[in-house]
Amino acid sequence: MAMNGGLSVRGLRVAIHHEGGDRAMRPVDGVDFEVAPGECVVLLGESGCGKSLTALALMRLLPDGLELAGGQARLGDTDLFALPEQDMRRVRGGRLAMIFQEPMLSLNPVLTVGQQIGEALEAHRHPTAEQAAAETSRLLQAVGLEDRHGTSYPFQLSGGQRQRALIATMLAGEPELLIADEPTTALDVTVQAQILRLLKQLRSERGMGLLLITHDLDVARDMADRVVVMYAGQVVEVASREALYARPFHPYTRKLFSVLPSAHQRHERLEHIPGSVPPLGTVFTGCRFAERCALAWERCHAEAPDSQTLDDGHVARCHLVSAPRPENAAGAGYPPETGRKTAEAEQVAAELLEVTDLAVHFPIRKGLLRRTVGQVKAVDGVSLSLKRGETLALVGESGCGKTTLAKAVLRLIEPTSGSVRLEGTTLDRLDGNALRVARASMQIVFQDPFASLNPRMRVGEILEEGLRSLRPELHRGHRADVVAGLLEKVGLGRDAALRYPHAFSGGQRQRIAIARALAVEPRLLICDEPTSALDVSVQAQILSLLQDLQAGQGLGYLFITHNLPVVGYLAHRVAVMYRGRIVEEGVAQDLMGRPLHPYTNLLLDSAPGRGLPEVAAAPAGRPEAGVGCSFAARCPMAVAECAQAAPDTSTLAGGRRVACHRVVPE
Amino acid sequence: MTLSFRPEILWSDALLFLLLAALAVFAWQVGRHEHLREPWRRVGRSRMGMGAAVLLAAYALVGILDSLHFRPALPAEPGQPVHYAAEVHSVLDTLVGPLRTQVEETYSAPLALHLYAKETMELPDGRQVRDFPRLKFGGAHLAGVEARAGDIAGHIGMGLLAGGVASALALGLALVFVGLGAGPQGPSGSPGHLGITGAWSALSRSSSLAGLRAGLIVLCLLLLLAAAVIQLAPHYHILGTDKVGQDVFYLSLKSVRTGLLIGTLTTLIMLPLALFLGVAAGYYGGRADDAIQYLYTTLNSIPGVLLIASAVLVAQVYIETHPELFDTAAARSDLRLVFLCLILGMTSWTGLARLLRGETLKLREMDYIQAARAFGISHLRILGRHILPNVAHLVLIAVVIDFSGLVLAEAVLSYVGVGVDPVTASWGNMINGARLELAREPIVWWQLAAAFVFMFALVLPANLFADSVREAFDPRAGGQA
Amino acid sequence: MLNYVIRRVLYAIPILIGVNLITFALFFVVNTPDDMARIHLGAKHVTPEAIERWKVEHGYDRPLLFNQEAEGTGKLTETLFVNKSLALFALDFGLADDGRDIAREIGTRMWPSLAIALPTFLVGLAVYISFALTLVFFRATYLDLTGVVLSVVLMSISGLFYIIGGQYLLGKLWHLVPVSGYAPGWGMFKFLILPIAVGVVSGLGDSSRFYRTLFLEEIHKDYVRTARAKGLSERVVLFRHVLGNAMIPILTGAVVVIPRLFLGSLIVESFFGIPGLGSYTIEAIQAQDFAIVRSMVFLGSVLYIVGLLLTDLSYTLVDPRVRLE
Repeated sequence: MAMNGGLSVRGLRVAIHHEGGDRAMRPVDGVDFEVAPGECVVLLGESGCGKSLTALALMRLLPDGLELAGGQARLGDTDLFALPEQDMRRVRGGRLAMIFQEPMLSLNPVLTVGQQIGEALEAHRHPTAEQAAAETSRLLQAVGLEDRHGTSYPFQLSGGQRQRALIATMLAGEPELLIADEPTTALDVTVQAQILRLLKQLRSERGMGLLLITHDLDVARDMADRVVVMYAGQVVEVASREALYARPFHPYTRKLFSVLPSAHQRHERLEHIPGSVPPLGTVFTGCRFAERCALAWERCHAEAPDSQTLDDGHVARCHLVSAPRPENAAGAGYPPETGRKTAEAEQVAAELLEVTDLAVHFPIRKGLLRRTVGQVKAVDGVSLSLKRGETLALVGESGCGKTTLAKAVLRLIEPTSGSVRLEGTTLDRLDGNALRVARASMQIVFQDPFASLNPRMRVGEILEEGLRSLRPELHRGHRADVVAGLLEKVGLGRDAALRYPHAFSGGQRQRIAIARALAVEPRLLICDEPTSALDVSVQAQILSLLQDLQAGQGLGYLFITHNLPVVGYLAHRVAVMYRGRIVEEGVAQDLMGRPLHPYTNLLLDSAPGRGLPEVAAAPAGRPEAGVGCSFAARCPMAVAECAQAAPDTSTLAGGRRVACHRVVPE
Repeated sequence: MTLSFRPEILWSDALLFLLLAALAVFAWQVGRHEHLREPWRRVGRSRMGMGAAVLLAAYALVGILDSLHFRPALPAEPGQPVHYAAEVHSVLDTLVGPLRTQVEETYSAPLALHLYAKETMELPDGRQVRDFPRLKFGGAHLAGVEARAGDIAGHIGMGLLAGGVASALALGLALVFVGLGAGPQGPSGSPGHLGITGAWSALSRSSSLAGLRAGLIVLCLLLLLAAAVIQLAPHYHILGTDKVGQDVFYLSLKSVRTGLLIGTLTTLIMLPLALFLGVAAGYYGGRADDAIQYLYTTLNSIPGVLLIASAVLVAQVYIETHPELFDTAAARSDLRLVFLCLILGMTSWTGLARLLRGETLKLREMDYIQAARAFGISHLRILGRHILPNVAHLVLIAVVIDFSGLVLAEAVLSYVGVGVDPVTASWGNMINGARLELAREPIVWWQLAAAFVFMFALVLPANLFADSVREAFDPRAGGQA
Repeated sequence: MLNYVIRRVLYAIPILIGVNLITFALFFVVNTPDDMARIHLGAKHVTPEAIERWKVEHGYDRPLLFNQEAEGTGKLTETLFVNKSLALFALDFGLADDGRDIAREIGTRMWPSLAIALPTFLVGLAVYISFALTLVFFRATYLDLTGVVLSVVLMSISGLFYIIGGQYLLGKLWHLVPVSGYAPGWGMFKFLILPIAVGVVSGLGDSSRFYRTLFLEEIHKDYVRTARAKGLSERVVLFRHVLGNAMIPILTGAVVVIPRLFLGSLIVESFFGIPGLGSYTIEAIQAQDFAIVRSMVFLGSVLYIVGLLLTDLSYTLVDPRVRLE
């Protein structure tokens, strides 16, 4: 076995290979960093800045059309880029392994987990059949799976179990360094915390280096020894975790911290970085961040900075390292909008939405005649209320019924029972025209900005669609004015109306989606994870926009999210949903500061950035359509009573409502 | 005044004109919308696509010329109403003139001066010999076989010259087109900016004009070939004659229309069915979906050829037992052609319908459709504005891919005996007729070869064009980012 | 599992009834038995007596749906619909116009059909998959490009050309194999080589291109990247992972046609003079023998539905996601 000497990358370049190459596109352009043996280095940055390609280049697994265009990578004393492919195969999975973002797609669907682990063992350690079986079992144990999972197919496992299985296959070759590319981005927070803890533990047990790729500052804080910040294909800052979090140097890093929403900033406007990550193929003359940098001056636009080392061991690629910003430079630093945000609407406002015992059940059909044998209770008796100008955050893991609930409120899905009142009008029995009128009062903004706009319609047509249907009294000229007004309101120019959605970035599309919803002047806006597909810098822009709109028009938001810092920053009240029911509801600060329901507790503890405390929670079991509390199987506080009867919702002081046997009203 | 001819619109002509009108509307729509133009621009830049398009256009031209039917006026007696001939001609027939009328006795090889069969002839001195007689028309102006090579070379030379002039003209037009910046992504914004040399260098080098360049090359080759054929064809049977002495080249040209009609009219009939049923099944789901799925599974379960054969047999019996419905032989064989397209259309919608159903099922759950529903927009409007435009590329790809399959299917069906009417000129009928002569020694190969080559020269570009259309429209090919 | 099979079988019944109704409508309603008789008797000036006689001889002398003259349930059962159409469900195909028993003909003629169709199918599958896999192995090289262009060219050539060309080249010019004909027993081999070769070649362009697309789709999936990241060789990645997954749609897509192999190929059998069901059908079409055509339509549908059932079952065998759900 070669000497375990860590990884060293110098001047790594990846180019897009294309014919008639007028100009070279380099998504990775001169990246340097090291990973010491046993160290955890986090590669941090927004989407499109070249993190994943850097990792794939190290594995020499770049996708078709991309090629290595220079640089050196040494693993111990092996020059990775000089190895013949034959030898590189022994390195892959043997000394250098990699796990990927989508556990759903990264395992072969028709081979069992055991077979996939065995394959890796076979490739690197040539064991006998008995050794292989024993080793497989040992690996499964190491990642917290059981022997029986070895004979399972990937589709039989949950997302977290799949990611564990993937890690097990990658440990088979006993690698010196494991690259993990956004390994938890597709997972729920509670599962994310488990996987991150597992990676940490494996690293210390095996003395294995870990190169973790993430966009999440909080994950980086929990995991990193050192952090490498990337922007537009280059490393802009390298520092130890302590140094970086105590004193970020590069303006980009500083901005990344300041745009993160949190409960502490409740009363402040979020800063944001104007624009978005430059698209591939951009030709840079000066610093790559200069366009978006509030501190940039002439030199930044004219001359590209080199990486330089600061006194405290920081390495940053910025002119500010060597020279202070000239005082007479144009552009007066950060815009002065970091003041207090507009006053919260604290006055007693009218009820906007009242949901009572709403249920959505989907039948399960089985047997010869497809008889209905049971029901999936996607939403199981939910009651909520929302006032004008108020934000109610709906929080829960994926699959808990949040989106179904939203669609049922909008009557996009017919509810099975229960009632929805909007501004005093009961919507349950409405039909045809009456329903259409009611719909003008409530609109929805979806999660995926790429799926929510019809690619075959101009932005103007998209915005007019609602107007035509719900405000037919407007004539053509007036409609065009309304559209132009909307576009300006969401921060896009009025000429955007003539373009097609594909001309816009994700954040801009989300603005268009918001404008579309606002076109019919709703009082209630349902936001279904509106920022979770966006980069953090763009997320801040959208959150600010939503707040401005609320302050200006008294909109009520039903804000669905799994991102707890966003909840802390934005919401007035929070409802926590678990398996179709609201388990806890209350005023945001109160609930987040003093959770009562064990599930809320679990969610808050699992949130990254808190050092991953060990949470005593049983793994998620299969849902039983039993009689007891649906959380009982995972609950650390469960008692006999919990398995026998579902708890009622009790109302406590301060309007807090909790559904738990262990929480007794004072 | 009375016309010297009366236009005659056969059923298939009417449908073809309807199709052309639909195409024109479609082209107009594409021209108006940027997002529709973009993929076509990609087709325009593809070398394969444009080269194939030129060949297809040449076929289309022949087919359309052959679809403008009329009946010439008979010599009228004064004071009497004008009578028109019972025989229906097309503009193509008039253009090719002698090819249609110069009918020999029986087989003759390409460019031959003599028949392919011996006959008993009486010499001027009264003796009788059995020999290959001279053709009545093919090379009749020549004194003997010795003069043939020179004569042919002369005609071809003349043709190439004329073709060269025409090619130069086409090239000049293209240069002007590029020079004015009208070409796809003309390198300069302002019109007339490029001189003739600039236009030339752009045309010969620019990668965005690769499609135009390929198209031009194919066009020039085609012009050279056509001009040579125009020179030669009046004097020789360039592809020989068939059993009853008809010019094989003429038959091959006449078959173009049949092939094109089968490939396109079938689509015209199949498309509304597939669109309506496929989208309805996917969008409405539930019982409508069950019923439509049942319908297409049932139709699918019947072996294709047999279903077509049964339906054609039934149609055939119907036509045979109702002779009073048709006033001309052309109308009769035309109706059989339309019937065939109808039957092919009725049996071939299932594949596309299934595809559209699946796609609609996916689209139905898309957020932008949910958003439209949140606006209370009617189902019909959602179908029209959101679903249809987003499945249009699938329909287009399916249509161009089906085309070549249908052209090939015609030959097979004619062989089985359930294709077009035996008197209709078609490649299938040509192959079918020639097949029986395969056992002859030496073999009569030209009729088969002509049919196969003409078919191949249509189907290959159709397939290549279909490929470049698919590449341009497939969202996964990086079309819409 | 058993439930599933039973449900699929039950689902087949309405489809077969639909097929039955379609053929009944085509062959008895649109064209009446009188029309059939007229066609068979030839000339236009047939007498009504001749027509009646023909109908009696061939058993078409009954009303379509309702028999006024019969007694009791006979009013419904002694009709053409029951005797000629519904009888097909009992595999009672009746007599052809030339008086022969259709069921017996099918029984003897299906073997030559199978002798051609089954090897064509199996050899074809093997050849297409290997060809496509070779192209995928050399993807994005000139070999791949050449292969794709070759496929498009092969696709653009009429199937009839392969038959005629094959007969001319191998049979007539090189005298390697007989041009056409058939012999039972071991003697059949020399007659089978050419039709099988032609059958395989004529499907080469279409199928390999399709399979190549399937493979390429698979090769860009994440799990293939995982397999490479494990350090597996390109051979293992291609054969174990890509082929393993792509074989699911390929196999299940192939299974549906297996039952239909009994019916043989119309064109191939007719050109090569194979006395199978394909040539039986084509002769019936040319002789306008509706009884045979009707029987073959129904038989074809039954076999297709059996194929669908086998497809579903084969999914449960090869795809663990379906098997274990």
